Amino acid sequence: MKIAVCIKRVPEMDVKFKVASSGTAVDETGLKFDMSDFDGYAVEFALQTTEKLGTGEVTVISLGPDAVQETLRKALSMGAGRAVHLKVDSVPIDGFAIAQALATELKDGGYDLVLFGKQAADTASGAVGLMTAELLGIPMVQACTKLSFEGGKGIARREVEGGAEMVTFPLPGTASIDEGIARPRYPSLKGIMAAKKKPMDVKPAQLGPVRYSVVKMELPPERQGGRIIGEGAGAVPELVRLLRDEAKVL
Amino acid sequence: MPNILVFAESRAGTVRKVAFELLAAAKKLSAGGEVHAVLAGAPGIGSQATSLTDHGADVIYVTEHAALGEYNTEALSALVAERAKSGYRAVLFAGSSQGKDLGPRVAAKLGVPVAADALSVSFDGDATTVTHYVYAGKIIATLELAATPAVVALRPGAVAPEESKGAGRVENAPPVGDPAASRVVVTESIRGDARKLDLADAPVIVSGGRGLKAAENFKLVEELAQAFGNAAVGATRAVTDEGWRPHSDQIGQTGRQVSPDLYVAVGISGAIQHLAGMRTSRTIVAINKDKDAPIFKLADYGIVGDVFEIVPALTAAIREAKAKG
Repeated sequence: MKIAVCIKRVPEMDVKFKVASSGTAVDETGLKFDMSDFDGYAVEFALQTTEKLGTGEVTVISLGPDAVQETLRKALSMGAGRAVHLKVDSVPIDGFAIAQALATELKDGGYDLVLFGKQAADTASGAVGLMTAELLGIPMVQACTKLSFEGGKGIARREVEGGAEMVTFPLPGTASIDEGIARPRYPSLKGIMAAKKKPMDVKPAQLGPVRYSVVKMELPPERQGGRIIGEGAGAVPELVRLLRDEAKVL
Repeated sequence: MPNILVFAESRAGTVRKVAFELLAAAKKLSAGGEVHAVLAGAPGIGSQATSLTDHGADVIYVTEHAALGEYNTEALSALVAERAKSGYRAVLFAGSSQGKDLGPRVAAKLGVPVAADALSVSFDGDATTVTHYVYAGKIIATLELAATPAVVALRPGAVAPEESKGAGRVENAPPVGDPAASRVVVTESIRGDARKLDLADAPVIVSGGRGLKAAENFKLVEELAQAFGNAAVGATRAVTDEGWRPHSDQIGQTGRQVSPDLYVAVGISGAIQHLAGMRTSRTIVAINKDKDAPIFKLADYGIVGDVFEIVPALTAAIREAKAKG
């Protein structure tokens, strides 16, 4: 099975972000970057799938500035066979512009399966995979927590409000990966050495026109929280009183 | 005066509350224009049109087909995209599992961008302005969509539903293409307890974290939810990763985003990724043994102490308060 996985390089989220002086982006000084978490699950799932089948190859694709090559190398060191860097100075927030670049790269690639993370850790939109699938005209199942293959079909499970759905779709197809499917492996030393010799195609990204853009970024307003009303079960009557008389939610 | 199109989401033959929220948002945006809704499902779904009229729909396009009983992503996206071509200023979806799936598909079919998980939406001349959490909820972005129609998925709970009588003209609309020929097919729908309120619909959410220590201790959370009577149960990512609760219960940046009237956090320390999914709740209560836990900075009311002692006491007190009415 020939699998492509589209991955995004994002900052690690466990830090205090600052808005850059432009007012439209975060200040990247001192931030560490890595593969977006859901994309990591997608890479791992792709590797496990080809390993199980004993055949096939995983190609990783990332759109962004030169720094994304580091993220692509990580995926290669995990075991992907080939990388494609779609070069652009900065990644727009317009998922449709990105989907057009990815669809251009993917359309003649002969992939049986194209995988995405459910959403990127930074922009949290979950739009690029669905839009890319629409442009390619192939089926897409969003947010899979399980995925297997049988007789040229994908069988997926997606969690929905109040339950789950089992979904089938024919290959070639696309899917986005939710958590719980596979924990990403750590690259081995051997993997890291091998990754250095694996091919990385670099080409300009054929972005679509950008029609969704950031006007400003700011820190969310502080909640007036921080009121500890007491300790232990003794504080319960006061809590119930506040919920009834002040918050009026009872 | 702009006309606005709303996808009136339903599940198992019933319109969901998020559809009424969208109608309220559309009413404001339309500024006197018309609010239209697409309602699609198995034969009989048309009987739900009245509830849309009561929440402000002026025209309801009803599509009934046997292959629309389960969520049929390809047939629904084709249907909404075709309808959206007849001159709408905006097309609204809920930021639910259906809306998050349909919004990008419909936008791509129309050749326009999509604004996902918007907290607010407004028009500014030809442009559309939305707000959206980015960077795990630590930054709020104001964004401009420069395309018509503006395709927007609005976070559940971001707008309150309003009773307002619309013109309520019902038009039957044929499916676009054959819904039975969709490539992506739901073969089985696994439903949880039907009496259980969904996180998107519940006015109260009681949520548990690692502080509960084991899967079986979630019964404390469930009992508290039952005492409220109108509550759903949520969980943190740590808990769903441990397999104590299903992934569909996870609240956070990478799970469900909720804005209930009351959010009760039990044994939750308040990891940023969790806070991003619930910080827009109207009132937040936190119960945790660590007085320095970040959740207390966000909570309107905090109690420090042992959840195994406090939660049963709270459950009893809420039962009593509810019994008094």
